[in-house]
Amino acid sequence: MTDFLLELRCEEIPARMQAKASEDLARLFTEKLAEAGLTPGALTSYVTPRRLALIAHDLPLATQAVSEEFKGPRTSAPPQALEGFLRKTGLTQDQLEDRDGVWFATVEKPGRATADVLAEAIPAIVRAFPWPKSMRWGDASLSTESLRWVRPLQGIIALLGNEVVPFAIEDVIADRVTAGHRFHFDGRISVESAKTYAAQLRAAHVIVDQDERKAIIETRANALAAEAGLELIPDAGLIAENAGLTEWPVPLLGRFDPAFLEVPPEVIQLTLRINQKYFVLREANDSEAGALANAFICTANIEAKDGGRAIVEGNGKVLAARLSDARFFWEQDKKTKLEDHAKKLSRITFHEKLGTVADKVERVAKLARWLVESDIVTPAKAGVSSEGSAPSPEMPAFAGMTKEELADLAEQAARLAKADLVTEMVGEFPELQGLMGGYYARAEGLPDAVADAIRDHYKPVGQGDEVPTAPVTVAVSLADKLDTLMCFFAIGEKPTGSKDPFALRRAALSVIRLVLQNGLRFSLDDTLEAMTDVIAARRSDDGEEQHRRDILDGVLLSEIATGDAGLVWFFVERLKVQQREAGVRHDLIDAVFALGGEDDLCRVLARVKALQSFVTTEDGTNLLAGYKRAANILKKERPETGTQSDAGEEDPGEALTDPDVAEAIRVHDALPPAYTLEPAEAALIAALDAAEPRADAAVVAEDFEGAMAALAGLRAPIDAFFTAVTVNDPDPAKRDSRLNLLTRIRAAVHKVADFSRIEG
Amino acid sequence: MQDSASPLSFQQLILTLHDYWAAQGCVILQPFDMRVGAGTFHPATTLRSLGPNPWNCAYVQPSRRPTDGRYGENPNRLQHYYQYQVIMKPSPPDLQDLYLGSLKAIGIDPLLHDIRFVEDDWESPTLGAWGLGWEVWCDGMEVTQFTYFQQMGGFDCKPVAGELTYGLERLAMYIQGVDSVYDLVFNEAVGNRPAVTYGDVFLENERQMSKWNFEVADTDKLFRWFKDCETECAASIAAGVPLAAYEQAIEASHVFNLLQARGVISVQERASYMGRVRDLAKGSCEAWMAYNGWAE
Repeated sequence: MTDFLLELRCEEIPARMQAKASEDLARLFTEKLAEAGLTPGALTSYVTPRRLALIAHDLPLATQAVSEEFKGPRTSAPPQALEGFLRKTGLTQDQLEDRDGVWFATVEKPGRATADVLAEAIPAIVRAFPWPKSMRWGDASLSTESLRWVRPLQGIIALLGNEVVPFAIEDVIADRVTAGHRFHFDGRISVESAKTYAAQLRAAHVIVDQDERKAIIETRANALAAEAGLELIPDAGLIAENAGLTEWPVPLLGRFDPAFLEVPPEVIQLTLRINQKYFVLREANDSEAGALANAFICTANIEAKDGGRAIVEGNGKVLAARLSDARFFWEQDKKTKLEDHAKKLSRITFHEKLGTVADKVERVAKLARWLVESDIVTPAKAGVSSEGSAPSPEMPAFAGMTKEELADLAEQAARLAKADLVTEMVGEFPELQGLMGGYYARAEGLPDAVADAIRDHYKPVGQGDEVPTAPVTVAVSLADKLDTLMCFFAIGEKPTGSKDPFALRRAALSVIRLVLQNGLRFSLDDTLEAMTDVIAARRSDDGEEQHRRDILDGVLLSEIATGDAGLVWFFVERLKVQQREAGVRHDLIDAVFALGGEDDLCRVLARVKALQSFVTTEDGTNLLAGYKRAANILKKERPETGTQSDAGEEDPGEALTDPDVAEAIRVHDALPPAYTLEPAEAALIAALDAAEPRADAAVVAEDFEGAMAALAGLRAPIDAFFTAVTVNDPDPAKRDSRLNLLTRIRAAVHKVADFSRIEG
Repeated sequence: MQDSASPLSFQQLILTLHDYWAAQGCVILQPFDMRVGAGTFHPATTLRSLGPNPWNCAYVQPSRRPTDGRYGENPNRLQHYYQYQVIMKPSPPDLQDLYLGSLKAIGIDPLLHDIRFVEDDWESPTLGAWGLGWEVWCDGMEVTQFTYFQQMGGFDCKPVAGELTYGLERLAMYIQGVDSVYDLVFNEAVGNRPAVTYGDVFLENERQMSKWNFEVADTDKLFRWFKDCETECAASIAAGVPLAAYEQAIEASHVFNLLQARGVISVQERASYMGRVRDLAKGSCEAWMAYNGWAE
């Protein structure tokens, strides 16, 4: 057993690629060795801007000898078959074994020296390394087939124990020699072994362990902040990036002119962090706690001779120039009102088939107003969560607001929400969209609710992002996303597989979260349909406008919402994905949707949650078993009505004309049977008579636990019925009557969900 | 920053770089005599980076970016400035070290200043070119673009050339520690012949040329010139003089930049004009490759 050290040294590897490259190297190394039958004890991976390194601990010095058995042709097969088999195995006929008329060959593979395996494996890994972008260089690049690497590859260390594993990749020859820090160390380092590698490089001012460099940056930056009476704003990504730009990280603290602090703090943060990779600090003392401080921390790669004074001074100058630009943008942008900025949106194409951003704004403004006027977003309702979280503290601001006032604010906010896209600041920092609009809105004295809505209308962006609850914001955000979804569906730009160029999945997920968090109650189907009318009603009727209108209203009604792979389906799929993390079963969501006519997301989820707790109880499990037994018998005996399980592929809106439901209504209203009922049969009828109205009432009251409880009462009578009564009685009247009873069971259960969709 | 006793003047900076790169075997060329947006447009970079022949050179290239003009009122932005360009083909294995040597030569001590190679890939859609490399930071300021050309004019570079582009004014401002480009010391006083500043030389030029670029240039003529460049480029390719064709591509590119500065090209048209310039540049490169027998 011995250790193996690999170092691939090259010119500076982009910081953002280092972590993945380090993982890839470990993975490919493990795979290649496994192919040869070698398993190292443990792997240690290091990465710096100039080297990818890996130590494989406790490698055996040779692979195990293995013997492999191959089955050949029958002994009676023509000679050509045997010859082929001998060629393949490299054996002669006398080495084969005749086992019951079939040739068998045993091929012995001797063990190989690990050094040989490595000398083959490493070049293969290097040549096929999955860099996101790679390049050619130097004399060898006369051919386009020359070695590719992320930047020129300069040297390789390959040491098994104390010995160099001999190989070469083009003109780079494996060796034990490497370079130290670019400026702190002259000459070459001859590495003894894996055990001494990290220490020898440390002596040459290189910390090979990325985690150690991160820890140094974090600890030292926090200490610098504390010494200055400030607090570091935590930023793990920036720590990693600086660790990826340095081999010997030295954080240094500098100051900038406090006059720049009049610029919004987010702008200063981005300037520091994105443009300069500096850490941002805030005041730590009580009076100003939390406010951005006029300080920065940069991370140098050297222990400067003057303690870093010149570096801090230089960085401070660069930062001042950047902040001057930012302040210039801030002042310039404020000179124009948002409504005037918004006029320039007609110059920006939203999508070639969907017009300009100004067109989109017009649609969103109408939709936002409509969402309020249709009582989907109300002054009272937004902020009241169906998920049980506390109402937002912002709510009092909207108490007493009329529907008309809310509609006006929503429309106003929607008309201004995209205006900041044409400002200088957002041109410079696109990630500040929305936020800058909010600042500019406040600066020109627009109502807070409008400024907040402009600021937050992109939210929620990702899974962890907070969901808006202020009614104006909810209306604009929802309108924006629904417009995007409907328009892209209308022109056939639906996500496929891994392709979702317009981020429609994320938009749908955001809609779901807005709806659930705010307890917004509406039928998706009806709403989408009504909204197409709102969108389609255009202002003018000139040729081009007319064309777009055709795109939108012609297709939308029939296909966009409810057709195959329509928007309602899309929302259901997103809901399943979203709820999976919360532990909600996707089959139960299907079971509720399959009922048809149920497309109120809040109510769907309430049903599903009640269903999920029910089906895990003993009553639930047994009722499901009883249901499935009834459904199976019906499927066999009355196939013409057993179509419920396919309902999902039909239009859920047609549920009321479903033959199954119609059948259930018919049998329920049928005359009582003319024969003497078995006791279990009579008991089941009585139980159904009692349970059905209770379940109905509970569903109407949206008390789904109550509905489940009513159904739970059926479990014992159903079990007893199947134990004591024969459905397929020779007497056709009895058989028919009992099948009717099974239909009633199925219909009763379908009041809460289509149990045939439930797995298990 | 004052590392040495007295920092280099602007012209000493250029002379020092010339000496340094000449000692590395580079041909020291003079600027190309046409209006270009960057040193890369010089045929000594664009065309010489094509084909198999070794080529090492260095030169200063005046660069014009009409939209960056600020009438001489912004301390950092100019519509006319200088780039120092080094091209080495094939890229030598120690190009980074050679580059760092040039920084030392102009007085930047890497144990006093933080020099970093930060990922920055280069792409020029109008030249059909791209490469991988870095922007080199000195104490957080970008002082050089460092690129390994992978393609030029749509052709793979065989072999790859290494390109260094120093922003001379920026570097000089840093070395001299001044906050406005116009305060740069251009030369030293000798006897009773006074030193002049960058402002003495160029401030009036910035004022007048900004005004011409933004307000005066006759757009009808510019549109016409652009079309003339296109036809002249095509005619030159047909006549088997690709070097002349390439000059027309350069001219078209600059006229397009002027049209942009005059604000007469809409967003939609912009992409189309860029495509037309690219066609001229790529067409010239293709003709150059064919002329030399390098096209496959």
